[in-house]
Amino acid sequence: MFQNDIEITPDLISRHGLKPDEYDRILHLIGRKPTLTELGIFSAMWNEHCSYKSSKKWLKTLPTKGDKVIIGPGENAGVIDIGDGDVAIFKMESHNHPSYIEPYQGATTGVGGILRDVFTMGARPIAAMNSLSFGEPDHPKTRHLVAGVVAGVGGYGNSFGVPTVGGEVRFHARYNGNCLVNAFALGIAKRDGIFLSEAKGVGLPVVYLGAKTGRDGVGGATMASAEFDDTIEEKRPTVQVGDPFTEKRLLEACLELMKTGAVVAIQDMGAAGLTCSAVEMGAKGNLGIRLDLDRVPQREEDMTPYEMMLSESQERMLMVLEPSKEKEAEAVFRKWELDFAVCGETTDDLRFRIIWQGKEVADLPIKELGDEAPEYDRPWVEPRKAAPLAADAIPAVNDVGTALVRLMGAPDQASRAWVYEQYDCLVQGNSAQIPGGDAGVVRVEGTGKALAMSADVTPRYCEADPFEGGKQAVAESWRNVTAVGGDPIALTDNLNFGNPEKPEAMGQFVRALQGIADACRALNFPIVSGNVSLYNETHGEGILPSPTIVGVGLLPDVAKMATIAFKADGDEVLLVGGHGSHLGQSVYLRDLHGREEGTPPPVDLALEKKNGDFVRGLIAAGRVSTCHDLSDGGLGVALAEMAMAGQRGVRIELGDLTPHVAVFAEDQARYLIAVNPNESAAVLADAAKAGIKVERIGTVGGNAVDFGPAGKASIADIKAAYDGWFPAFMGGKA
Amino acid sequence: MRSAVVLFPGSNRDHDMVKALHSVTGVEPTVVWHQDATIPDVDLIVLPGGFSYGDYLRCGAIAARSPAMLDVARKAKAGVRVLGVCNGFQILTEAGLLPGALMRNAHLRFVCKEVKLEVTNNDTDFTRAYSKGEVIRCPVAHHDGNYFADPETLARLEGEGRVAFRYAEGTNPNGSINDIAGILNETGNVLGMMPHPENLIEALHGGLDGRGLFESVATSVAA
Repeated sequence: MFQNDIEITPDLISRHGLKPDEYDRILHLIGRKPTLTELGIFSAMWNEHCSYKSSKKWLKTLPTKGDKVIIGPGENAGVIDIGDGDVAIFKMESHNHPSYIEPYQGATTGVGGILRDVFTMGARPIAAMNSLSFGEPDHPKTRHLVAGVVAGVGGYGNSFGVPTVGGEVRFHARYNGNCLVNAFALGIAKRDGIFLSEAKGVGLPVVYLGAKTGRDGVGGATMASAEFDDTIEEKRPTVQVGDPFTEKRLLEACLELMKTGAVVAIQDMGAAGLTCSAVEMGAKGNLGIRLDLDRVPQREEDMTPYEMMLSESQERMLMVLEPSKEKEAEAVFRKWELDFAVCGETTDDLRFRIIWQGKEVADLPIKELGDEAPEYDRPWVEPRKAAPLAADAIPAVNDVGTALVRLMGAPDQASRAWVYEQYDCLVQGNSAQIPGGDAGVVRVEGTGKALAMSADVTPRYCEADPFEGGKQAVAESWRNVTAVGGDPIALTDNLNFGNPEKPEAMGQFVRALQGIADACRALNFPIVSGNVSLYNETHGEGILPSPTIVGVGLLPDVAKMATIAFKADGDEVLLVGGHGSHLGQSVYLRDLHGREEGTPPPVDLALEKKNGDFVRGLIAAGRVSTCHDLSDGGLGVALAEMAMAGQRGVRIELGDLTPHVAVFAEDQARYLIAVNPNESAAVLADAAKAGIKVERIGTVGGNAVDFGPAGKASIADIKAAYDGWFPAFMGGKA
Repeated sequence: MRSAVVLFPGSNRDHDMVKALHSVTGVEPTVVWHQDATIPDVDLIVLPGGFSYGDYLRCGAIAARSPAMLDVARKAKAGVRVLGVCNGFQILTEAGLLPGALMRNAHLRFVCKEVKLEVTNNDTDFTRAYSKGEVIRCPVAHHDGNYFADPETLARLEGEGRVAFRYAEGTNPNGSINDIAGILNETGNVLGMMPHPENLIEALHGGLDGRGLFESVATSVAA
């Protein structure tokens, strides 16, 4: 028999992830000792994952407003205006801890959760992306994690039927004990068809929809808010199991139901399941919620109210329905063979009451559960910054061609085809640009416009200088959207950091956020949604600070979209932003010389804006259709990618520049474009007029990336190295 | 040309197929729910791609027993053209309308990429817009597309010209026997194929090679 009134001991409190002072706060709020179910509910609402208690203070400082922002942070996902009455709804969320414990299910439920966030708001998901960070390739766990996570991301998205149009994969020893799985989804809706979680009206039915509740994921959000140690394997039962088939039916049923006008409010059950969704709906609407757990569809026998309230079973929704449409709503869900159960009602007493077997097992103040969560101003210190490197401390190479081939075959630069070929990038028939370019591009069905999106962060830059690294993540995403011709509109972030109770880690968080905020302001690129993942530490060592950014932009005319592929021999190659000189924290230094040193390239945000606007203008005017941004590996890596994509080489004149510096420097705010020779002079003249530094550096043609006397690399050699690494690694041969 | 697309729970390329049919034939296809026991009178019935019933049990196995499929079988026997793409091909083999089976890909991973297809037989209602031996581009996206049939069945398929498409130029993405990408039934009115011609029909897709298949059917209907 379930005992709801057992003695709440300090050990029990601590096992719920609550600190003694947090427990005191609970006692103060409710004026008595909580029941076990109530303790569970508090633990679910007040953990870091759900309450943002360490990060809230700093999140409030981020720019979230803009002309095209319809709904910013605080809802299930952010909403932007993309014209003609259409809106794009998007968000990114982490599933780091579950994916490390059980990679396939951790990744699938990460994808499932973010898709649900998007269609809960009334949008049909039309694109997915992800950002994955794994430990070093030769760590014994890495291959297992890569195989499981990639299969899981694909397994869910492919079956659900959303194209995965881009993403990133990186390796670094600092993720050995804590991989990162950040999943992004974007959907389309009509501006007058956005659904929110705020309940309205007293005495309305609260309806449970979707899959049944089981014991999976009980306590998942609390697990995700703790550091890892050797007991990690024991936590496997806290990982949920995904079922994309149910989610696909849930999507179709929800969208069908939304058209009927039956939905007053809707909230998906994600972290902390029934608890979080019910509290959210009530608290936002200034209403109480009464739930009768005996009416909740259950997958397992003898579930306790504690388990039901904390279950993170997937593919579930909670709705407040218009009572007159209850029968109509039920018919839609029966058609899709999904559970539909009226399991509660809205009340006017602002209490969150749980009934089980006729008894009240919880009675809590609903507003305070969310609003009165602890909020911390964690102590932080200025994080250590890497020391600058003198130019002469960086070794040269004899032949930049050979060096380029080696870089292209290194783990972080090699082709990700092994990964993205496991993702369906074509379903729905609107994919205009699939993985392999600067950004994923998806047409808005029935129109000539398209959305561009790109996931970016350079964690080694963030580690060396969190402020500059934060700026750079935003700038690179903005640049990638620009490079395909998109007008950047807004972004979502996924802030992955270490233990916020350590001042150094908290300092990384604070400084990175300041950098992000600066870049957002300078580029007019507000944040509309996001997620914070802290406690990414194992045995006391944190991950590289990794604030992943996914920027979203609009291409007014998808026919003018630019791609990275060289398109015609004889085209002239122009370098926007000029030659670079910065090799600190470069992949050249890391992958060819084994040194992760120096300061990251500084980001001049005004220059970033100026150069990007110029390039975007050329694309929009139809003058340029070949464009690539410069990032990891600088000019050399960008040229190699453009040559491979177009299957034609390029001859570059370096003049008296120092070859390894010019070819591999990672200075920011730069792009490569290729233009018809007839157009080249005009572009250069326009650039001069606008005060933009643009240099003609070479000509498309041949079968190699040819730097003249400094060396050359044949496309065949580059391609062999580039295509070869990942399959060899996963086959156990690299 | 009138067409119908059967919608199963878990189908997810139904919409792509509807768009492709509309784009090529100019007529909006009828979408038929899997519980409907009668398919309307049409010139072409399409079983679209996706993960009907989540691929549970075996790909296509549960969908093959749906009420709509009983009528598809009746109509196929009566000579109505039936096209099954990807999951649709799997459903056709599970329903016994096409021989052989689609096993898990040889490398055991899902694969989405562009491949080359040889039009092995262009004397069919589905391929006459192509020339014999022509190599076209076409994307694939599946986890279970590794076609297998016993030697006797295979000899019949090959001998009777019932291999419509073959993976060409070394692009077999799944280990299919004899590089088989698409096959016909004995009477030539049922085609099952793993690749997705419906995803290569407009400039946005980077090519138009998939249109020929739908144009072929439209021509056959008009003849």
